[in-house]
Amino acid sequence: MTRYLHLFRRELQLAFRQGGEIGLALGFFVLAVVLFPLGVGPEAEILRRIGAGIIWVAALLSAVLSLDRLFAADYADGGLDLLALSAMPLEGAVIAKCAAHWATTGLPLVLMSPFLGLLVDLDGASIALLALGLLLGTPALSLLGAIAAALTLGARRPGVLSSLIVLPLYLPVLIFGAGAVEAGIVGGGARPHLLLLAALSLGALPLAPIAAAAALRQALD
Amino acid sequence: MNGIGAGDLVAAGLSCRRGERLVFSRLSCALPSGGALLLTGANGSGKSSLLRLLATLLMPEAGGIVWGGTPVGDDLARYRASLHYVGHLDAIKPALGVRDTLAFWAGTRGFPASGVDAALAAFALDAIADWPCRWLSAGQRRRLALARLLASPASLWLLDEPTASLDADGEQRLVAAIETHRAGGGRVAIATHQPLALADAQVLVLEDFAAPPVDPLTVEE
Repeated sequence: MTRYLHLFRRELQLAFRQGGEIGLALGFFVLAVVLFPLGVGPEAEILRRIGAGIIWVAALLSAVLSLDRLFAADYADGGLDLLALSAMPLEGAVIAKCAAHWATTGLPLVLMSPFLGLLVDLDGASIALLALGLLLGTPALSLLGAIAAALTLGARRPGVLSSLIVLPLYLPVLIFGAGAVEAGIVGGGARPHLLLLAALSLGALPLAPIAAAAALRQALD
Repeated sequence: MNGIGAGDLVAAGLSCRRGERLVFSRLSCALPSGGALLLTGANGSGKSSLLRLLATLLMPEAGGIVWGGTPVGDDLARYRASLHYVGHLDAIKPALGVRDTLAFWAGTRGFPASGVDAALAAFALDAIADWPCRWLSAGQRRRLALARLLASPASLWLLDEPTASLDADGEQRLVAAIETHRAGGGRVAIATHQPLALADAQVLVLEDFAAPPVDPLTVEE
């Protein structure tokens, strides 16, 4: 267990020391959301209607933007060889890396989302649903993203390729995440949406690391 | 922990294929306790591939590796815990400190950071232990990669061009570390172009196992 914490801590350290990394994903998220009121116009009615969807789409895109950070550096500097030979199974190392990725990209989005909710004129209950949905759904973004990041190691344009692979996988998260807020507004129950979001994250927790570790082994060969 | 001298390393009938090309075939070698194996051969003759095979980072096309009487595939974790692999790449993150880097890699193998300072001293890195790695020269990075060998114990050392960019002092320190390791019953396999002053080392010339050239026009699909 300490080995995983060890890896988790190093990933956090790297993310914080290489400054910008965290700010980049967060800044992209905020800017993408801010662009919509400017483009669509300031009518509160329209913004309220599409606000949650916008914020979720921006969260997806900003997650994709940060995916190459997961394995690319370790692949390029030989660290992946050593991780494969270390005392932890590669699947476990993937989980530790995903946890650090989530803590430095997903979690800041969750914390920032209430402010963006205000920006698109969501009411208090909707903002709570939005933040809760992001909290439950963003772990799945990091985990599913790890598959794409591992598959595209060594590819010439890994960023573009991994977004093509991963965005279709993100669709269920988007549907249920935006759906939760929508259901809260029109009066349907948001609970099933949130439960499904949690199920997606919990399902991805064991499955995505297995797939990502298999792809990593392929990349090492 | 894996004792040094846990049993002989025997590779029998190894063949290695990289893409379409059969790099070498029917290669056999044995590495007894205290032994040193120097891999020589022209560029592309498969020195690095053989080391990666021995490190279980590549799978052989044919043949197998036996460690202490059991095929390594039977207990991969135990075999991996008893080897150190230092490849071309240094596995060094510019943003991390010298000591932190070494402590991290020892930690992923399940060892405490207590051996780190001695390892740094052995490669004369103790004066710069608190530097971030981005300040290191190529030779210092090499020394740091080699210090991993001493920061946590392992019976089998697999070194790929370890003297690349090392100065004379660094080379002496490396040879001293290897001889101490062998005196304690450890084994070492080194791919090298430069003669290393190692006592009674076996030399394996990779060209002796080169696959017969195949006329590409007569190859059946």
